Amino acid sequence: MPCKNCLEKPVIQLTNNNIKLCKQHFIRYFERKVLNTIHNYKLIDKNDKVGVAVSGGKDSLTVLNILTMLRNKTRKFSIEAIAIDEGIKGYRDKTLQDAKKFCKDNKIKLSIFSYKEEFGSTLDNFLKKSKFKACSVCGPFRRYLLNKKSKELGFTKLATGHNLDDEAQTIMMNYFRRNIETSARLGPITGIIKDKRFVRRIKPLYFMTQKEVATYAFLKGLTSEFLECPHSTDSYRGEIMKMLNDFEAKYPGTKHSIITSFMEILPMLKENFKGYIQINSCKNCGEPTSQEICQTCKLVEILKNKAKNVQAHS
Amino acid sequence: MNMIKVYIEKENKVVKLEASNAKEVLTKLNINPETVLLSLNNELILQETKLNNNDELKLLSVISGG
Repeated sequence: MPCKNCLEKPVIQLTNNNIKLCKQHFIRYFERKVLNTIHNYKLIDKNDKVGVAVSGGKDSLTVLNILTMLRNKTRKFSIEAIAIDEGIKGYRDKTLQDAKKFCKDNKIKLSIFSYKEEFGSTLDNFLKKSKFKACSVCGPFRRYLLNKKSKELGFTKLATGHNLDDEAQTIMMNYFRRNIETSARLGPITGIIKDKRFVRRIKPLYFMTQKEVATYAFLKGLTSEFLECPHSTDSYRGEIMKMLNDFEAKYPGTKHSIITSFMEILPMLKENFKGYIQINSCKNCGEPTSQEICQTCKLVEILKNKAKNVQAHS
Repeated sequence: MNMIKVYIEKENKVVKLEASNAKEVLTKLNINPETVLLSLNNELILQETKLNNNDELKLLSVISGG
């Protein structure tokens, strides 16, 4: 069976409607759908300074590629890239090379911040000295640095490479952990209320599946190789991801249904949790938190103490 | 049956097996089609694509994780 729109060989079969598309028509479909998301959900305003969080992986370089195209076409907003080097040997050092190359080729300013400089150690070293799971340290650290540095760099929005699979996983994780308030902050543009201490995050790939993003990145030659974070399958998220992929293979369209259903209840969730929001400034670092001391400051303290104990006993 | 050389990117290993199409390859290796792109001669193919003897199929992982 050829492409739905021409006689060319198909490169993908879309799972939500069984349509087969060739390279040219898939790229057109993909870019149009991402641009529609940006337009329909008003992700970018005129004169926005959009920071694009890049890891050098397929998702973030796809976002950067499409936003660069849109910026070049409209000239209504500006973009810069920001990367966090967690210090994961054999992974982040490789993907950052792709990020640097893309930014150099496209004349985009790239700012890189590392855990080692900001928190005193790489993620690899933190994990050697503690029993924490990688994602429970990495998640808060990365969110913290991205928000703090985005403010310092003057970004009015922060674009991330989160795709439909990522969001479907997060929604299910929040259900399973009875964490619905966190789900109220989700959606193509994050947050329940506007607060100047947060740079709002936008997710242009919100309605694109992981497989569609990988296909686009491959066809556009955006990454040299598809690397997987060595910690990704160890986590709770990794188990949810496997479960959803098993369901999707058996019942195609499952992930799309999760997102479509969620989008129907999201306005009610946001409205419901508006009054519950209390945002403090961390007494230690000043960053926004729901508690007195933010999660990142607490973790840094614990990890530093563990490192001291290790030194004292060695 | 055709003998196919399969490169599994995630595990950085090559296996040889008999299969007539890409779907059979995934079934025999117990790999979920949601998790990989199928590349033959540097072009993406669908699961039902017929394979020929001595074809070299690449399974590219679509999972990134940050």
